[in-house]
Amino acid sequence: MSLLAFTAFVAVGSFGAGLLGSLTGLGGGMVVVPMLTVLFHVDLRYAIGASLVSVIATSSGAAAAYVREGYTNVRVGIFLEVATTTGALTGAAVAGFVPTRALAVLFGLVLLYTAFRSLQSVQEHTSTRPSHPWATRLRLDGSYPADGAMRDYSVQAVPSGFSLMFVAGVLSALLGIGSGVIKVLAMDRVMQLPFKVSTTTSNFMIGVTAAASAGIYLHRGYIDPAIATPVMLGVLLGALLGARILSRARVTWLRTIFTVVVCALAAEMLYKGISGAL
Amino acid sequence: MNAPRWTNHDVEQAVGRVLQVGVLVAAAVAIGGELGMLAQHARLSADFHVFRGGTSPLWSLRAIGRGAAAGDSRAIAQLAIVLLIATPVARVALTLGAFILQRDRLYAGMATLVFALLLSSLLWGGGG
Repeated sequence: MSLLAFTAFVAVGSFGAGLLGSLTGLGGGMVVVPMLTVLFHVDLRYAIGASLVSVIATSSGAAAAYVREGYTNVRVGIFLEVATTTGALTGAAVAGFVPTRALAVLFGLVLLYTAFRSLQSVQEHTSTRPSHPWATRLRLDGSYPADGAMRDYSVQAVPSGFSLMFVAGVLSALLGIGSGVIKVLAMDRVMQLPFKVSTTTSNFMIGVTAAASAGIYLHRGYIDPAIATPVMLGVLLGALLGARILSRARVTWLRTIFTVVVCALAAEMLYKGISGAL
Repeated sequence: MNAPRWTNHDVEQAVGRVLQVGVLVAAAVAIGGELGMLAQHARLSADFHVFRGGTSPLWSLRAIGRGAAAGDSRAIAQLAIVLLIATPVARVALTLGAFILQRDRLYAGMATLVFALLLSSLLWGGGG
């Protein structure tokens, strides 16, 4: 394939990934790596580098829109970023020693979990139980706009949430993904933050987590501009368009498509990992 | 004058704008680099099956800056990526500034730690 054809195909595929990722709220990052490795036979390290760059682009590009909604809990974000950046640096440090086959299997499992989560319905909840003692000491509690008024929420299970965030950071570096699904799991399910606060704070953290390992990978030569540039531009354009048309799109239907795509990619990555074909 | 102190929300809103501008600038530079790469190497065979990153000259910020200044399109595209990686770092730096203005020592400390980790990764590849 010529560079021109490669660039065009990769840009179009990344555009689709960014569009679906933003419409379904699951992020395009986890589709980029399987797409590059399985369809375009790109080395896993280049794919991870390019994917991380696109994750940063969508996170930073969407920041203004998220902030306007006023849900982000900055203190929770910074506190948990200590865990995700440490995790990301740890993941980047060990990445060179993890066999490609193991990475492919791990990727397949994370994709399956994402598909599983995308089928579950979202429940908005506010924890009114007294906060975890650490949450009180760290002033993590907050309030968010709901039904035209500010509603207070408390924060639970801080140590478990913090540990899970470390894992999210490790996975982000190892697999080149935003780990948004795991970040939301930690905040929404474990720490009992309201769902909208979890998703917006997760977006706040995704770019920072990805930047921690992207810097290291840049120095290791994982980021090749001939791959990363079309991926980044494609995903960014797709994500921006997705945010624009989100209110008019039939999300349930798209979610089903995306889930099917993610399941197929999961099967492919698991097969390649187990058979050693990657 | 008794100016009201900036709330977290005001800070975040300003930060959001800064990030958006950063992403747009990076995207514009990336488009320039991409067009340059295609103009020069469109017919070249694209084979990324084998990892050659270890021999890539575009790993240090100095080499990227020097190449971009000389008009090398690969270096220009790589510079766009460095700008992009810098946007979350700027976000943490601005959040750190806000915590300092609010005299919130605990959170200023945490933001400093995160900022230092990010900076060491981007500048020196995590101290390596």
